[in-house]
Amino acid sequence: MNGIHDMGGMHGFGRVEREDNEPVFHARWEGRVLGISRACSAHGIFNIDESRHAIERMAPVDYLSSSYYERWHDRNVRLLVEKGVITREELERRMSELAAGKDPATPHSDPKLLDRMLRVTRERTPYRRPGPAPRFAVGDRVLTRHDAPVGHTRLPRYARGKPGVIVRVHGTFIFPDAHAHGQGEQSHALYSVRFDAALLWGESAEPRAPVHIDLWERYLLPDAPARST
Amino acid sequence: MSGTHEHGHHHREPESVLSLRVRALESLLVEKKLVSSEAIDRVVATYEQDIGPHNGAKVVARAWVDPAYRARLLADGTAAIEELGFGGVDLQVVENTPGVHNLVVCTLCSCYPHALIGLPPVWYKSFEYRSRAVREPRVVLREFGVDLPESTEIRIWDSSAELRYLVLPERPAGTERLGEAELAKLVTRDAMIGVAVVKPPAAAAR
Repeated sequence: MNGIHDMGGMHGFGRVEREDNEPVFHARWEGRVLGISRACSAHGIFNIDESRHAIERMAPVDYLSSSYYERWHDRNVRLLVEKGVITREELERRMSELAAGKDPATPHSDPKLLDRMLRVTRERTPYRRPGPAPRFAVGDRVLTRHDAPVGHTRLPRYARGKPGVIVRVHGTFIFPDAHAHGQGEQSHALYSVRFDAALLWGESAEPRAPVHIDLWERYLLPDAPARST
Repeated sequence: MSGTHEHGHHHREPESVLSLRVRALESLLVEKKLVSSEAIDRVVATYEQDIGPHNGAKVVARAWVDPAYRARLLADGTAAIEELGFGGVDLQVVENTPGVHNLVVCTLCSCYPHALIGLPPVWYKSFEYRSRAVREPRVVLREFGVDLPESTEIRIWDSSAELRYLVLPERPAGTERLGEAELAKLVTRDAMIGVAVVKPPAAAAR
C-alpha cells in the first residue's frame, strides 16, 4: 500500500537527532509493549508480516504523531481485537478498573512461554523456506514492477518501475505480500538489487551512492541488456 | 533468577494515559493466561542487560584479527556469528574498505539486527533517518560527523526483507598492537550501522 510508512526519499523531515547514552527503553511501558508483542508472536497470534501491515494501516496522522512503541501498542491492540482475542470494550473496562486501583488479573508464572519469548533472541525464525529455483542470477538487469498494490508489500515506492542489477541471490523466503493477508507463505526467490542513485533521485542524486534493496522475484521483470551503465 | 520485582509500579508522577493503556492490555492478557508479567520482566531485562552492541563488537574484532573468520563472516554472516555463540538473526555483513562505505537503513519500518546488537536507537527509527538516508546519505553522514570524500562510494542497504545488515567497519590505523578484546572496545553501535567510523584509541594510547 502507498502508506505513510513508506518514507524512503520523502522530503520535509529535518536533521537526524542523536541522543548520547540513550537508554534501551525511555519509559517502563515501552518494555511492556515489547514483551506483549513477543508473547503474541510466541503464541502465533500474528506473524511478522501481519504485524508490519497492521502498523501501516494506522491513519497517517496517527502514525506521524506516535512514537515507535506507541505504534507497536496500536498494532498489538488492533490485531488482538481483529483476531478476536480481546475486545476494545474489555480494554476500556480494564483501564477504568486499573485507574480505580483494582487489578483483577492474578499474577502467574509461565516458564515455557518465557522460553519461547526469549527464543527469538537466540534462534532465527525460519523465514527461509523451500521454493522454486531463482529465475535471475548475479549481474542480471531487472526492472521493478510499476505497481501500487492496496495490501502489504516490501517494494518501496521510491524503487518502483526502476532498473537495477542483481548483486546477490539470497535464496527462497516467505513472501510478505501473501503472508500478511492469510494467503500462505508462497515462498520464492529473494535478491539484493542495486539501484544507481541517479535513476532513483534524478538530478538531485548524490554521486556514488547506490541503494541496495532486498526484493522478491515477483517484484521484478527482466530488463533489456545494456539499458543503463 | 527471574526479575520478580513484585509487579512494581513506582509511579513518581501521575501515570500517563498511554502507560495505563499498556498496563490494561498486559492485565487482560495475564488474565487470559497469554502472558505473564514475570516473562515480560525477563524479556526487558535481556534487552537491557545481555544483548547489545558489545556482542556485535566481538564479531567485528574477531574479523579484524582473523582473516579466515573475516572471509567466513562476509560469505555467510549467519553461520559466522553462530561460531561465536550469537544467533537469532539471518545476517548479511557488508565490509567498509578504502573507497567504499556502507550505510544501513530500513525505510519501510525499522528492521535492525537486534538479536546481535540490541534494540535500535530512536534516531534509527526516526522519520528523519528513514526518509533521508537513501536519498542524501552524505548529508546525513555529515550530521553524524562523518565527512567522506566524493571519491568514496556509499552503499546504502535498505533492509526490506528478513535479512539484517551489519557493517564491518575498517580497523583504525595504529591498532596493530591491540588484542581482540581491546579492539572490541573501540567498536561502536553507530559504526556497525554505518553512521560512524571506528576511531583509534588516541587518548587511551598516551
